Amino acid sequence: MKIGFYPGCSLTGSSREYNESVVAVAKALEIDLVELKDWNCCGATAAHSMNEELSLSLPARIMALAEEQGLKEIVVPCAACYNRLKVTQHELEDQPKRNRVAEILQMPYKGDLKIINVLQLLEAYGTENIKARITQPFAHKVACYYGCLLVRPHAILKFDRVEDPQSMDALIQVIGGTTMDWAFKTECCGGGFSVSRTDLVVKLSGNILKDASDRGAEALIVACPMCQSNLDMRRGAINKTLDSPIDIPVIYITQAIGLALGIGAKELGLKRHFVTVEL
Amino acid sequence: MDKKHKVSDLQSHTGVEVMRCYQCGKCTAGCVLASDMNYPPSYLMRLLQTGTKENYDKILHSNSIWLCLNCENCLGRCPMEIDIPKMMDYLRTRSISENKMHPDSKPIIAFHRSFLDSIKHTGRLYEVGLIAAFKSRTFRFAQDLNIAPMMYLKGKLHLLPEKIKDRRHMKRIFAQTIENAKTETK
Ligand code: SF4
Ligand code: SF4
Ligand code: SF4
Ligand code: SF4
Repeated sequence: MKIGFYPGCSLTGSSREYNESVVAVAKALEIDLVELKDWNCCGATAAHSMNEELSLSLPARIMALAEEQGLKEIVVPCAACYNRLKVTQHELEDQPKRNRVAEILQMPYKGDLKIINVLQLLEAYGTENIKARITQPFAHKVACYYGCLLVRPHAILKFDRVEDPQSMDALIQVIGGTTMDWAFKTECCGGGFSVSRTDLVVKLSGNILKDASDRGAEALIVACPMCQSNLDMRRGAINKTLDSPIDIPVIYITQAIGLALGIGAKELGLKRHFVTVEL
Repeated sequence: MDKKHKVSDLQSHTGVEVMRCYQCGKCTAGCVLASDMNYPPSYLMRLLQTGTKENYDKILHSNSIWLCLNCENCLGRCPMEIDIPKMMDYLRTRSISENKMHPDSKPIIAFHRSFLDSIKHTGRLYEVGLIAAFKSRTFRFAQDLNIAPMMYLKGKLHLLPEKIKDRRHMKRIFAQTIENAKTETK
């Protein structure tokens, strides 16, 4: 099974452990990830907030490269990149916009690349595969946190239920975990303001952690590097605003699955978290 | 007539018909930053419905348009499918071109500019450079000093930027878009 892979900047830097766990789990499931050559940053919220043509051109270059390199399908683990690529592909169905972007890039662009997130990858190529290879069931009660960019806007992404998504919960159940109903599944953590308005991110992320912890979650499970870094690396600042500090870890879905498949904590990047992971 | 003009510009740029909002308040109820905004989203809709220049200016001067995270929760829940995030994008552009930005916009714009500079030169985000550029734009020198050493120890920071090969292509994309006076840049 061969599939294109767009890691995005976060996965090469502050969220290396997400990259490590995606690669390790793919290897265990015999999914052959082919990294896109010479990929650029998708521009994220910054491009989107500052200039529309730039915000379309950066993701369009990524998709055009994938087409040029003969890839039919790419997996995009970062929820922010996944969102930008999908939304751009949708916007470029508009012919004048598409012409303009082709002129900027001077590259052909067909617009038929299939873009999937990590949950879709695991669902499509892994559920049975994973079941067959579990060596240490993930026997923990956890809260699955989807955040906003993975599920919204629903009209474009058409992925999972918008208010109460289930795909991550289903994967956790496959590996023997227990998931819960909780109030902040798709609530925004403040993502893009991590540096510019750390105070707001601390407030929003604190609410998310508090609800999960009040309901007895042993960990939060995520599929977005920005959610993870806000909830993990900003924990010191978050805890200063809470009555009692919260010490539950925030791990990636691929790390949880990796553990169930018997992959070592180090290989899954579990030593790179700020909040110690003991699961 | 001029009074209604600005709102009709907004409508033609975004496709949002402000009169369709019936003030149910669901957008505000679900907006995580409503309580930090000068005007929460449903109030902002009401201000637009009045169509007066005064109210339009209030919006351009407000922090609401800058604090909006484009999380799309309001749009997802609105019974009339009013695209508030798209309106916010447009209002931010207007606020900049009419030079009416609320002081809260400063760190946010500084961050976006620092971020884009990094991509323009290397093709990828260079986090250390981003933070340094943000500090020099905002004079917030203490920013993230508390987490940086830990990030380094955990192997989360590159000390040198990663560069893509075709950097000329990046320069071209920037020159044709955000640096091109003909395109609308915020
Ligand atoms: S999400 Fe951010 S950091 Fe990652 S590739 Fe996209 S823009 Fe770059
Ligand atoms: S980082 Fe926060 S803002 Fe970004 S997708 Fe995750 S929840 Fe939403
Ligand atoms: S949810 Fe929609 S209809 Fe209701 S107040 Fe907000 S914008 Fe208006
Ligand atoms: S998109 Fe903006 S206005 Fe709408 S809910 Fe999110 S932050 Fe609030």
